[in-house]
Amino acid sequence: MSEAARIYRQLYRIRRVEEEVARVYPTDVIKSPVHLSIGQESVSVGLCEALRPEDAAFGTYRSHALYLAKGGNLRAMIAELYGKATGCAKGKGGSMHLVDVAAGMFGASAVVGTTIPHAVGYAYAVKLRREPRVVLCVFGDGATDEGVFYESLNFAALKRLPVLFACENNRYAIHTHQRLRQHLPEICARAAALGIPSERIEDADPFAIAARARAAADAMRGGDAGPFFLECMTYRWKEHVGPGEDYALGYRERSEAEPWIHGDQVAKVAAQLPPDERARIEEAVEAEIADAFAFAEKSPFPDDAELWTDVFREAP
Amino acid sequence: MSERDGSYVDGLREAVLQEMERDPSVVCFGLDVDDPKAIQGTTRGLVEKFGQGRVFGTPLAEDAMTGVAIGMALAGLRPVHVHIRMDFLLLAMNQLVNIAAKSSYMYGGSVSVPIVVRSMIGKSWGQGAQHSQGLYSYFMHVPGLKVAAPTNPHDAKGCMIAAIRDDNPVMMVEHRLLYPHRGPLPEAPYEVRPGRARVLAQGGDVTLVGISHALAECLRAQRHLADVGVAAEVIDPIWLAPLDVDGIAASVAKTGRLVVVDNGWTTCGASAEIASAVLEKLQGQRDVRVRRLGFANTTCPPTPGLEALFYPSARTIAAAARDLVEGRATGWLPAERADAVEIEFRGPF
Ligand SMILES: Cc1ncc(C[n+]2csc(CCOP(=O)(O)OP(=O)(O)O)c2C)c(N)n1
Ligand SMILES: [Mg+2]
Repeated sequence: MSEAARIYRQLYRIRRVEEEVARVYPTDVIKSPVHLSIGQESVSVGLCEALRPEDAAFGTYRSHALYLAKGGNLRAMIAELYGKATGCAKGKGGSMHLVDVAAGMFGASAVVGTTIPHAVGYAYAVKLRREPRVVLCVFGDGATDEGVFYESLNFAALKRLPVLFACENNRYAIHTHQRLRQHLPEICARAAALGIPSERIEDADPFAIAARARAAADAMRGGDAGPFFLECMTYRWKEHVGPGEDYALGYRERSEAEPWIHGDQVAKVAAQLPPDERARIEEAVEAEIADAFAFAEKSPFPDDAELWTDVFREAP
Repeated sequence: MSERDGSYVDGLREAVLQEMERDPSVVCFGLDVDDPKAIQGTTRGLVEKFGQGRVFGTPLAEDAMTGVAIGMALAGLRPVHVHIRMDFLLLAMNQLVNIAAKSSYMYGGSVSVPIVVRSMIGKSWGQGAQHSQGLYSYFMHVPGLKVAAPTNPHDAKGCMIAAIRDDNPVMMVEHRLLYPHRGPLPEAPYEVRPGRARVLAQGGDVTLVGISHALAECLRAQRHLADVGVAAEVIDPIWLAPLDVDGIAASVAKTGRLVVVDNGWTTCGASAEIASAVLEKLQGQRDVRVRRLGFANTTCPPTPGLEALFYPSARTIAAAARDLVEGRATGWLPAERADAVEIEFRGPF
């Protein structure tokens, strides 16, 4: 598969999975909050295109895209949203806590900023053991308000750790624009001030993100190059949490979204592929999605006894 | 008393509004207080009325903003700092426990820290591990902090006003499922001061103490119990610190049976504190049987079946209370009754 085909498959797959989540949501089969990344897929896809399967990724409660791009199991994800025993956390995590350790996707947290230091600590272990792996750390612009962001970056820079920090800057934390929370708009400049080389990508082009991420990841892999920081501008099309739109709330104008919707990366990459190749990809993805939702539907809910398991890891 | 009716949200909102009108040193801030959803409406209209100097949304910075609140208080302001989930207070623990709680004492009474910290406990619609915790016992543990957990609109307003007027740090514990509850809500400002529990239903067989939203379940349990001839006395502690031990003990002295239903885990929790304080008080005077109920001793799961098992409900409370009264496991579990189920909310949040 060409890079364009690979990227398109990922983009299309994530977009369609989340459209399906949004479609079924009003029927209450998913009885927990969902934070969709529709419109933001290209960031996770570009970043993960630069990774190897053995690399690790840490994300946020808005991690459907990262989980899938990193190779997380689709059936287990949908089953988790449905609260089923076959979910990636047996129904005990939900959409905000996706995890697939086998795919290198570590558990996401609903508390903003909490996984940034986890990526740093994981990278410390990788470096200590001289493994040729890198750690991807994805978070939103809101997370960069938090003190733990600065503390974590400082430590990663100090120890020259193999972390690729990636800020998905969609300009909003819930309904509050970045300009109402931060005096300086360039988040990458703050990373630079801490001694981390950084760059901002304005248009969420997955090829540009992949190229930059690959160069950084390959440079830091197994060596002393230290962390890199990518600020990826992007835009959330849906409401902060839930399946709908929220332009009626008044905190943002639809006109702000229009350039992003017009420049939709899913459509852009689609246009680069020969029609028959594109059709083959889409057909395969649709079948996979139908299978995953059917799997979730027919999977059982956890037994009552499951409430009590996993509080501790039991001795073997 | 006025006959006006209102919601828990109305009570919280009106309290802050009236105090801000009365006292120019009151300020209100926190993540999202000025956004279109206005913390489920509890801060609606404040920024329009008082301006962005006195009412403002903050960056995501729980630790620093708690310290900022303390600094404001040292300078004579009375900040109300709002958090949309109690779980996020864990990021503010250092400032709350090491500084706010201790300043008056460790500076020999030379300063006070009159801050109010509002936070909401989540429940239902898959709130899950990190949006469902009732962590107030952490604060009850620490001298120098006061903790209010009002359960109805009247007390939401009265506790909030008392909290703002208090010269000490006060934690306001709110519950997402109580927000739509309606009840009497007098218009003129009034205080519901610390240290006075309230008897909400009288009965001689068993005392039910319910904390925060668990009180609502206790009131329903009381009806289930009445159906089988068990008369439960239901007590709302209202303030958890300081706690009205005498008020609760007076009821238990009468019934000899105490069920404390918590909206948190029982281990080292508020229910442990209430039960032991009552037992200490009544020992040698009255033989007392005790039962504690609270969250299952696990993390809160979002999947609906397990989530239902995680919480005590009106039915499981009634069953436990009846067993305590009869002194044996009766195996009784009341049937659902349509007038005794909580209206949970439909998501996403
Ligand atoms: C520590 C903490 N504070 C507040 C919240 C409430 N909250 C949930 S999501 C969110 C916005 C975060 O914005 P950002 O990091 O930009 O991520 P995005 O939702 O845009 O992907 C906030 C404030 C939280 N979950 N955790
Ligand atoms: Mg954002």
